Amino acid sequence: MSENIEPDRDGISVGQVEKKFHTFAGPPHELVLESGAQLGPITVAYETMGTLNEAKSNAILVTHALSGDSHVAGYYSEDDPKPGWWDTMVGPGKGIDTDKYFVICSNVLGGCMGTTGPSSENPATGRPYGLDFPVVTIGDMIMVQKGLLDHLGITKLLAVVGGSIGGMQVIEWAISYPEIVTSAILLATTTRHSALAISFNEIGRQAIMSDPNFNKGDYYGGPRPDIGLALARMVGHVTYLSDEAMRSKFGRRLQDRDNLSFDFDANFQVESYLRYQGSKFVQRFDANSFLYITKAADYFDVGRQHGHDSEVEAFAKIKSKILTISFTSDWLYPTYQSRNMVKAMKKNGLDVSFCEIEATCGHDAFLLPNERQSTMINRFLKRVSEEENNAL
Amino acid sequence: MRYDLQIIASWIEPGSRVLDLGCGEGELLSFLKKEKQVSGTGIESSEAKVTKCIENGVQILQGDITEEVQDYPDNAFDYVILSQTLQQVLEPDLLIKELLRVGKKIIVSFPNFSYWSIRLQILFFGYAPKNRQLPYEWYNTPNIRIITIKDFRRFVRETGCKVIREVDINTHSDNLQGNIINFLPNLRATYGIFMVSRRNDQS
Repeated sequence: MSENIEPDRDGISVGQVEKKFHTFAGPPHELVLESGAQLGPITVAYETMGTLNEAKSNAILVTHALSGDSHVAGYYSEDDPKPGWWDTMVGPGKGIDTDKYFVICSNVLGGCMGTTGPSSENPATGRPYGLDFPVVTIGDMIMVQKGLLDHLGITKLLAVVGGSIGGMQVIEWAISYPEIVTSAILLATTTRHSALAISFNEIGRQAIMSDPNFNKGDYYGGPRPDIGLALARMVGHVTYLSDEAMRSKFGRRLQDRDNLSFDFDANFQVESYLRYQGSKFVQRFDANSFLYITKAADYFDVGRQHGHDSEVEAFAKIKSKILTISFTSDWLYPTYQSRNMVKAMKKNGLDVSFCEIEATCGHDAFLLPNERQSTMINRFLKRVSEEENNAL
Repeated sequence: MRYDLQIIASWIEPGSRVLDLGCGEGELLSFLKKEKQVSGTGIESSEAKVTKCIENGVQILQGDITEEVQDYPDNAFDYVILSQTLQQVLEPDLLIKELLRVGKKIIVSFPNFSYWSIRLQILFFGYAPKNRQLPYEWYNTPNIRIITIKDFRRFVRETGCKVIREVDINTHSDNLQGNIINFLPNLRATYGIFMVSRRNDQS
């Protein structure tokens, strides 16, 4: 997910939002994770927008990708320069209309934006977990979100919406809680990482773990593995773009110079851009969280986890109506992966719609303003909520 | 709604499951959903049309019809509709066989190439025919299959299937109005509409 969040062009926003926290799973009720490890207490950071109706039937859960957080839309204060990461999609009259729906977004388990993760304090030692934090899965992230919904008294979700690793959480929700999830919107996502996707994550992790400051993950309070994390971000960032997007955005243009410098400074604009992205990222993100979240994404495998290696069997549990969108230039989670997913859904006779949007900007396309995507999501939600009301 | 679609809609039993191949912007499915409580899905290759379908509240998959139908289990639908598309399919015999697997009944409509004015164009002018239904040149037409009403009847017979209903109509490609042709349809109808089932099905 890129750092280039722009305020809404038309100036429409959900307005001021507040980050809230909920803590649960304290001893002796620790959460048992997929690995068998126990974890607790767990704090989850979340934000809500819009109003929950009396029937509690208009709640939508938005799930975020690798570097996102609970701050999906709106501003924290009046002089906050930047809105949430999906402000173009979530707001009054937008794709996910906060005038109609009650939107919830929480930071994932293992993250570093308020929810319990490797940088949180380990109650056993009084120091940050570091690598003592258990390896978590997408399924574990869902369990924590379910804990939040229980706290909020929400027993039904009109939709769960997410892209990329957020999309994996949507799939997990639809399979794990078929009675809760009325509809699922899957954007630029996959049922399991390809070798290509795992490779880029592994390069990122190796960059972090080989940073001299990494100290086996125990770097809190000292110098941090910023170089490794920045490198991981640079690699990741390339995978979110596309050849075409980079050609038109940078080409071979030089940065602040007319001639090559014949040294290893950033000569090209693209080099300088990636360095900037890397250096910005380390200011807000924890290297250990990068390790944990990418690992969770690499481990995710719907067929293995839910269907004895068969996605068709795994999807048999789903009752939600589904909208799947992929993007032509996304080479990280290419369209064929969405198609395979849709195929397994069709074999189960699910109510599924699929559209491949023509876009040049690669995997990041789902985060960027896109009229077609917004309209489809808006109308799909309208249809689902009308059909729900008719069924009552 | 297009005249041939009106006729097709009148054939659909309320509450049935329908697959519409090449469904465009989902006009027929949207109508059937509202008026006949049908649970329907469409397949369409154009992204713009797929977007419109979703906007119209229609369940839709973007893709190639020949590939997409293969994923469905046997008898997944009560009706599979292929309207004004058969003449553009590379392997129509294989497609129809596949449609009869996923659907209990299939409804097929196509432009009749033995319509009298088409015959006269070839007879008198000697060029590949062009008209409002078939507005293309020989080199850029998507209509690669030349089918007549008689051809289709024979095809159904020879493949061991049966025609449950047949209505031949005179209408133009996007017209809302038309009329049913009972006398010499192979000569006088611009479109044939057939409902076909497997021979062993009781209906």
